[in-house]
Amino acid sequence: MNLPATLAGAISAIVIMAFVTYLSRAGGVFIMSRVPIGPRVERFINAMAGSVLVAVITPMAVHGDWGARLALVATLAVMLILQKPLPAIIAGVLTAALWRLW
Amino acid sequence: MSQGSPGAQLDLAGIIVGIRRMAPLSLFVIVFGLAFGVAALSRGLSGLEAMLMSALVFAGASQFAALELWGPEIPLLPLVATTFAINARHLLMGAAIQPWLAHLPTAQRYGSVVVMSDSNWAMAAADHQRGETNVGMLVGGGIALWVTWLFGTLLGVLFGSGIEEPQRFGLDVIMGCFLLAMLVGGRHDLSMLLPWAAAALAALAAMAWLPVHSHVIVGALAGGLAGVLQPARKEE
Repeated sequence: MNLPATLAGAISAIVIMAFVTYLSRAGGVFIMSRVPIGPRVERFINAMAGSVLVAVITPMAVHGDWGARLALVATLAVMLILQKPLPAIIAGVLTAALWRLW
Repeated sequence: MSQGSPGAQLDLAGIIVGIRRMAPLSLFVIVFGLAFGVAALSRGLSGLEAMLMSALVFAGASQFAALELWGPEIPLLPLVATTFAINARHLLMGAAIQPWLAHLPTAQRYGSVVVMSDSNWAMAAADHQRGETNVGMLVGGGIALWVTWLFGTLLGVLFGSGIEEPQRFGLDVIMGCFLLAMLVGGRHDLSMLLPWAAAALAALAAMAWLPVHSHVIVGALAGGLAGVLQPARKEE
């Protein structure tokens, strides 16, 4: 099912996203007060949290242009060295901008 | 019944202290909000839509990922699945502080988690560990983050609308770089490499052979399963 990207469609999508996000915020408190969350569920959620980001990023690297690929490499490198997201993101954007200047 | 119990309470003074303690950190959130505003405009959202998303969803990584799905049509199921998968960590965060919040009246308990986000949760959870009874850090810190996230988005929307070709300045890659920085910056160990590799392969396979936009949820599930199935690490 698709929503059209009209104002009404976009607002509906945003409200639905907000609802799902609130469920995630309240859900842990609600569930835990009834059944404790077990170690297997915890491992699944922990592994899934990073995996979903991997699943979004990988196609960008594989199907993107060299500007996008090098931007991701720069972000990864700065992140591994400095452990600070902000310089890492700036390095990525600058890399893509410089690559495309050529 | 639990009202007035010494286990936890929420008051205005505690909230103000929470806002103050989060203030230095929340200044950085302005920059991330700015990045989101710029990225949102470059993906075709209007300024109003970008602001509304920041105000109501208030969860950076899932907002960036949603932009990836945005187009002339918005695929509802992938949007819901992606949002849930990225924000599922909130379930664990909420569960971790549930014994604390259980002392609050129901409305306060489910009201305070509206603004629960990674950094205010981390500081509040540390408060709880120390035996602090005031939940103000969670709520006040969340309010500080929400205001600065919204303000940053506004700046991004104002700044982004002045840019004709976002690609030329590398602004289209903000989204990918943000998500990658979040991925690497989280508290992970090497045991995550196997689930992540499974997620990457599954996402690429889904992209090649399954319906459009299914790759995110296929990758997330593959990674989650790999995490459960791989041999448990020896703790201690």
